[in-house]
Amino acid sequence: MLNLNNNAALIRREILVRIARLQLEGRLEEGVRAIPREMAPKGSEPFRCCIYHDRAILETRVIARLGHSVEEYDGERELSEYARDALARERPTEPMLTVLDEACNACVKTHYMVTNACQGCVARPCAMNCPRQCIEVTSHKANIDPSKCVNCGLCMQNCPYHAIVKIPVPCEEACPVGAIAKDENGKERIDYSKCILCGACMRECPFGAMMDKGQLVDVLRRIMDGRRVVALYAPAIAAQFRADVGQLEGALAKAGFSASYEVALGADKTSELEAREFEERMERGDILMTTSCCSAYVRAVKIHVPDLIPCVSDTRSPMHYAAELAKERDPDCVTVFVGPCLAKRKEGIDDPLVDYVISAEELGALFVAREIDVSECERVPQSGEPTASGRDYARSGGVSEAVRLRVARPESLKPFVINGLDRAGMRQLAEFGKAAATKKECGSNLVEVMACAGGCIAGPSVITNQKVALALLKVYVGNGAKRGE
Amino acid sequence: MDRKVRVSICSGTACFVMGASDLLLLEESLPQALRPLVEIDGSTCLGFCRDRAKGKAPFVLIDGVVMSEATLPRLIARIREIVDAES
Repeated sequence: MLNLNNNAALIRREILVRIARLQLEGRLEEGVRAIPREMAPKGSEPFRCCIYHDRAILETRVIARLGHSVEEYDGERELSEYARDALARERPTEPMLTVLDEACNACVKTHYMVTNACQGCVARPCAMNCPRQCIEVTSHKANIDPSKCVNCGLCMQNCPYHAIVKIPVPCEEACPVGAIAKDENGKERIDYSKCILCGACMRECPFGAMMDKGQLVDVLRRIMDGRRVVALYAPAIAAQFRADVGQLEGALAKAGFSASYEVALGADKTSELEAREFEERMERGDILMTTSCCSAYVRAVKIHVPDLIPCVSDTRSPMHYAAELAKERDPDCVTVFVGPCLAKRKEGIDDPLVDYVISAEELGALFVAREIDVSECERVPQSGEPTASGRDYARSGGVSEAVRLRVARPESLKPFVINGLDRAGMRQLAEFGKAAATKKECGSNLVEVMACAGGCIAGPSVITNQKVALALLKVYVGNGAKRGE
Repeated sequence: MDRKVRVSICSGTACFVMGASDLLLLEESLPQALRPLVEIDGSTCLGFCRDRAKGKAPFVLIDGVVMSEATLPRLIARIREIVDAES
């Protein structure tokens, strides 16, 4: 797995900061064209062949960060025009992801390669184990015939010199549902009829070629227009910054939000309703129920495991209930969900109560652009008193525990946590789908699914590594209200 | 070496956004031999992000000297240099 704070990620964040700064100064349109030049100045060491190529790619990154798709971009329009369109836009646009052809390495199709470490040995376990007989040893070195090779990997597993390596295509490898494939030019394309918006490809591409389309420009514009813009922040966001109780609220107020709500308040409502729903479903003889707060998971079920659809809880997500709470108190406010997640951007576009969804990266960039240091902010009273269990939604296992705490007979609830929808996770889902379709008992009756291994604190657009985030989350959860047990 | 190398890791927001959380794993990432020779603290914003001449975040102070664009490997290498020079 690529480390979170890799160079490609840092470049994407720096662009966000620069865009936000320009917008705050009121000169986004005129200033945006300088970003690629300033980030790849004359005389700097290029990442690619030359600084001009770097600048061309930075340009497409800026366009994506402004919230546009870049697949069709051919350099025909100025960055300022994209900035103007972003500032005039009423709503964010689908799809949530965009692929930067310029940045895509067009990695060679996944294959196995014999390296110079091959000793041309006598035993020849590579050739002996190859089911397609596609390895021949010529001039004391093994050679794989790519026309016959089926990428089974047995040669690599059996070589005593570790001389055979797998050259993967990282985005295709990361995609749990086979939604990414090459087009006729070798560039990657996402099939949105299969994509579950987990964000794994954009996290894992070493060239940073998959990007989520930003919405920070839209949010900042509403703030600067004087609208009452309300932040709904996910529990995972509280685990992104070092701060005392109330300081994140202070920072959000300083950044221009008129109010802020913990999404953990919505999570409490989700847990309560999900506990009732669980009891009803068990009463009527269902064999299992699954959670529904992770929208990448819900999408995965709808597209890839239809057998499991009847088992997904009908309860809405914490984001939805938090937005409902905000709109009840102030019907004219603009609601902005702040989270670590890509799939929530889609859930937000589909939910009339949620106006915008920004990422942890975008919130961080806004703070930096405004020179706000969270741990120096004043403590502002929080919007309510969510329970510890509501705040613990950000961690794998937290959701099922919150439901367990609320059912009348906790011992009747047998949880199972699918911790991450990688390919193995998708296979686990399929197993549960089969059990549901055949009404077969499977040892657990509440299945919690988190698309990201570790939970939301490991989401695709976080800024804080999981270990530190988990420690910060523990403190945040520890300060939550205890439920009278 | 009869003193400890003092390392202050800035965990202000600007540094965190540019990856400072990784640096907070310094203690567990240090080789066993170096561990007792280093004193680590996570500091609130050191203020370097407001001065462009200081370079880019994340920032770390090592024995009072600023390191910009700090990464774990660079940090560990610098600590090793100091320890090697004084022992």
